[in-house]
Amino acid sequence: MPVSFCGLALDHPIVNGSGTFDALAAERAFGRTALHAAFPFSAYVSKTITLVPRPGNPPPRLWETATGLVNSIGLPNKGVEAYLADDVPRYATLPVPLITNVMGATGEELAEVTAAVGDRPEIAAIELNVSCPNVATGLDIGAVPAELEAVLRRVRPVTAKPLIVKLTPNTADVALCAQAAEAAGADAVSLINTLRAVPLQPDGSGARWLGGRQGGLSGPAIRVVALAQVAAVAERVGIPIVGMGGVQHGRHAADLLSVGATLVAVGTESFRDPIAGARIAAELSALAAGA
Amino acid sequence: MSVHQSGADPHSAIPRGEDGRTLAPFGRRRALVVSTRTVGSYVLLELADRDGPPADPGQFHMLATQQHWGAGEDERPFLPRAFSPMGSSGGHLWFMLEDVGPGTHRLATLKKGEALWVSGPFGRGFHSPETVHVEARSVSGDDPALGDRGGPRPILVAGGIGLPPIIDWSRRLTEQGTEATMLLGFRDAAHAQVAASFATAQLATDDGSAGHHGYVTELLAAELDRDQHAVVYACGPGPMLEAVRRLVSERDVPTELALEAGMACGYGACFGCVVPLKDGGYARVCVDGPVMAAGDLAPVPAH
Ligand SMILES: Cc1cc2nc3c(=O)[nH]c(=O)nc-3n(C[C@H](O)[C@H](O)[C@H](O)COP(=O)(O)OP(=O)(O)OC[C@H]3O[C@@H](n4cnc5c(N)ncnc54)[C@H](O)[C@@H]3O)c2cc1C
Ligand SMILES: Cc1cc2nc3c(=O)[nH]c(=O)nc-3n(C[C@H](O)[C@H](O)[C@H](O)COP(=O)(O)O)c2cc1C
Ligand code: FES
Repeated sequence: MPVSFCGLALDHPIVNGSGTFDALAAERAFGRTALHAAFPFSAYVSKTITLVPRPGNPPPRLWETATGLVNSIGLPNKGVEAYLADDVPRYATLPVPLITNVMGATGEELAEVTAAVGDRPEIAAIELNVSCPNVATGLDIGAVPAELEAVLRRVRPVTAKPLIVKLTPNTADVALCAQAAEAAGADAVSLINTLRAVPLQPDGSGARWLGGRQGGLSGPAIRVVALAQVAAVAERVGIPIVGMGGVQHGRHAADLLSVGATLVAVGTESFRDPIAGARIAAELSALAAGA
Repeated sequence: MSVHQSGADPHSAIPRGEDGRTLAPFGRRRALVVSTRTVGSYVLLELADRDGPPADPGQFHMLATQQHWGAGEDERPFLPRAFSPMGSSGGHLWFMLEDVGPGTHRLATLKKGEALWVSGPFGRGFHSPETVHVEARSVSGDDPALGDRGGPRPILVAGGIGLPPIIDWSRRLTEQGTEATMLLGFRDAAHAQVAASFATAQLATDDGSAGHHGYVTELLAAELDRDQHAVVYACGPGPMLEAVRRLVSERDVPTELALEAGMACGYGACFGCVVPLKDGGYARVCVDGPVMAAGDLAPVPAH
């Protein structure tokens, strides 16, 4: 099922959600040859990187719910400079295009990271994670349409590469945010990111479980939320949509495509099945052939 | 990826990574329950895993049942669970489980013929006493000869459900002609029952119902009093590993700890399974461990 997305010709519509598949760690676990021979995704989205390195949150970082996972990883990364020097040359040997996910706390910072990444020919597209809290308001910069639009107007001119804005679901009206992104020149939007969640200690003490105090919910538990938000966004924007949230089977991917997505990302299901992406792509293609 | 070419090594055809670890087949595979047995407080589970390689001692697998994974307490488990085999060969894996929650409960009640999803072996296993000794000494800047007694003496320390990888490692050391000192700690006699087949092991229980009344780290301190020329390997709950880490760092004894952490994926994808490092930052237990040099670690978290 070949598909065209922002000028990229992809073998099938299944990519990974940022932060849910580390291709370099997978080489260590499964071997480079085996991983590259059966790479599960049609493009590789790397984990969020920031201007300066971040250690991530103290453990515990994970909490399991009924058909879902709450994570509070805290975006650990080596910073954009080391990412470009060490990781990009290795990602460039993967058999699929590389999409780099970046984040910044302000428009300035996001523009600086995007410009650095935009210089690299190995990178096919850039995904902007706008789920970073504005230090002044505490709200995610992507949660307020006007603020999101202002940030993107600052970032858009620094690169000619396709820009995918990864919308936050923790907002009053995600479709308004998508419209703001389109107005500011985004080439695509991706959604949904994780839903804010706060698990407590199992001992009943009322204390918080996660080292980072709060986290984000992913997995099958959020699948119907993803369908609602992708459908709402598809009604309001003309740019392509990367839909994600709880996809475990080709049927779930087909559902997201039917409400308006062009690509579908698989996240949490890869934790249960390392080659989930390839399985879901095959199931999707079988469904399409049967239809 | 390279293939080790040692004629004497029975595992020579197994694909290995650049750091020598046994690589996992990419994906998850079906395995069938061959037998189950209850021994005191633990359940022993034997699986037929035809498509998987034998694990390095200290590596682990991610397990989930194919049916009814997710109808337990709170509708969990959802994710697979990590287990270190106590043995693996000829397409079979042997696990030892303790029922502590919905995932281990489901696995502990499996019947012969039921199917599981298995992936692995994952992570980095134990290293030879010589390797651990040399690496620890080069870090501390000290470089004494290994001695004329054929290398440092391995002391293996297990606390409760930390036993499986320690059993596998002791067997591998014996195959290589090295007899290890085994120190096993349990809560009580019911948990200690599983240790009956290790005639030469020293036993400790928290309640004194079998062996030494007290912690296994007390046995370790006594062993180190007798002989400093040792390399320690330990696996067990966080507080026990932290007690071992403090003891061996005070006495400067080269040590590897097999760590536990809550995991979602087992192969480095989620960044969920971290432990803090001495020099700051975190390491992922599933790809950088589970076996790590004690000297690299900050205090080991309780969970
Ligand atoms: C490398 C490695 C090797 C291991 N080897 C073995 C082995 O050989 N044998 C063995 O029996 N065990 C082994 N374990 C431990 C085993 O993986 C855990 O006991 C198991 O995952 C527990 O799952 P559960 O569903 O039974 O319990 P859970 O309910 O998941 O509880 C386990 C602990 O997790 C916390 N917890 C409680 N609720 C939640 C929640 N909703 N989300 C997240 N955390 C929660 C609590 O601290 C609880 O004590 C190993 C672990 C690792 C990392
Ligand atoms: C452990 C974990 C880490 C994640 N890290 C990132 C990240 O670094 N950047 C990002 O944009 N999204 C991140 N996400 C969000 C996912 O990309 C995806 O939007 C979300 O998990 C929903 O898809 P799923 O239900 O298929 O997992 C992460 C999700 C998980 C579960
Ligand atoms: S368990 Fe996912 S990174 Fe270690």
